[in-house]
Amino acid sequence: MIAPFYKYGLFGDEVSLILAAVIGVGFGFFLERAGFGSSRKLAAQFYFTDMAVFKVMFSAIVTAMLGLFYLSWAGLVDISMVYVSPTYLLPQLIGGLVLGLGFIVGGYCPGTSVVGISTGRLDAVAFGGGVFSGIFVYGELYPWLADFVKSTSMGRVTLDSWLGVDVGMVVFAVVVMAVLGFWGATTVERKLARREAEA
Amino acid sequence: MNPYLAGVGLGLVLLLAFVLMGRGLGASGAFSTIVAVIVDAVAPAHAQANEFYLGYLENGYGSPFKSFLMFEVIGVLVGGFISGALAGRVKRTVERGPRMSAKGRIGLAILGGTMMGFGAKLAGGCTSGQGLSGGAVLGLGSWTFMIMVFVGGYAGAYFLRREWR
Repeated sequence: MIAPFYKYGLFGDEVSLILAAVIGVGFGFFLERAGFGSSRKLAAQFYFTDMAVFKVMFSAIVTAMLGLFYLSWAGLVDISMVYVSPTYLLPQLIGGLVLGLGFIVGGYCPGTSVVGISTGRLDAVAFGGGVFSGIFVYGELYPWLADFVKSTSMGRVTLDSWLGVDVGMVVFAVVVMAVLGFWGATTVERKLARREAEA
Repeated sequence: MNPYLAGVGLGLVLLLAFVLMGRGLGASGAFSTIVAVIVDAVAPAHAQANEFYLGYLENGYGSPFKSFLMFEVIGVLVGGFISGALAGRVKRTVERGPRMSAKGRIGLAILGGTMMGFGAKLAGGCTSGQGLSGGAVLGLGSWTFMIMVFVGGYAGAYFLRREWR
């Protein structure tokens, strides 16, 4: 028996939807536990006072990455069947920038706004409404945007194949960068806390 | 909760999604499905002629709502509520800095959400799909995206400090 189980036909579509809901419950639970139902907590990342966004995001990425690559190494997961969203370099560069600006203006991202909505945050409700309108604007402009969003298409390309190095080296580098980042983030938080206490 | 502990928890949920389904988490796709279904209900010919809407309308097992992301996001609503209720954090409020009016904050939330929705569609996913999921599988575009999200956030922070600080 080898994972991903759905792609190897261990269960069908109906079961997959139940699992999707269960996975979603876990996702929402830990987002809320992290404090991400609050836009103030999320926005604090960009003022260096509380770097939880970086810490949570990168400990999640490192956990899932290590789990996936150990399981693949042990022959339990067929990594070629795991979806890697295709690279469209320029649209993802510009899209990321617009999304990042939207993050600091709006205070949420789509996933965290859902958690904000379920815990009563009215600004999250407004934000969610904004996401709908942004997608609608995109949809209406799509005929003119299509050429751009399909440009600089590189297909399924991962950091290791792009750099031409072994995947293990990239995994190792990501872990080292994350640990250094955690240390740096905590150092900055402490410095700012001290400065605010003095002021 | 300690941020590293919450992150590991989140990472294990993401790993579970990879192992069970062969795909990661997402959020903006569920918003897109709802937009596509509404446009299709109001102007079916218009929606059917648009490749973007059509992609979401043809997704799902027999109905666009019977898709992984729709069920997952309903789960997120439930899971977020359970965690918030257990911690006594469910509260009808508008999150904002001490110098910001509630009305102004709501306006900025709508504006930011609109930028977010548009940006997520340009990039082919949001912080969940591209950032977390694409990041964990080392996608080149996902890492490019993630770096730009932080660049965008920090670039805007100075101008918006009245909203948050």
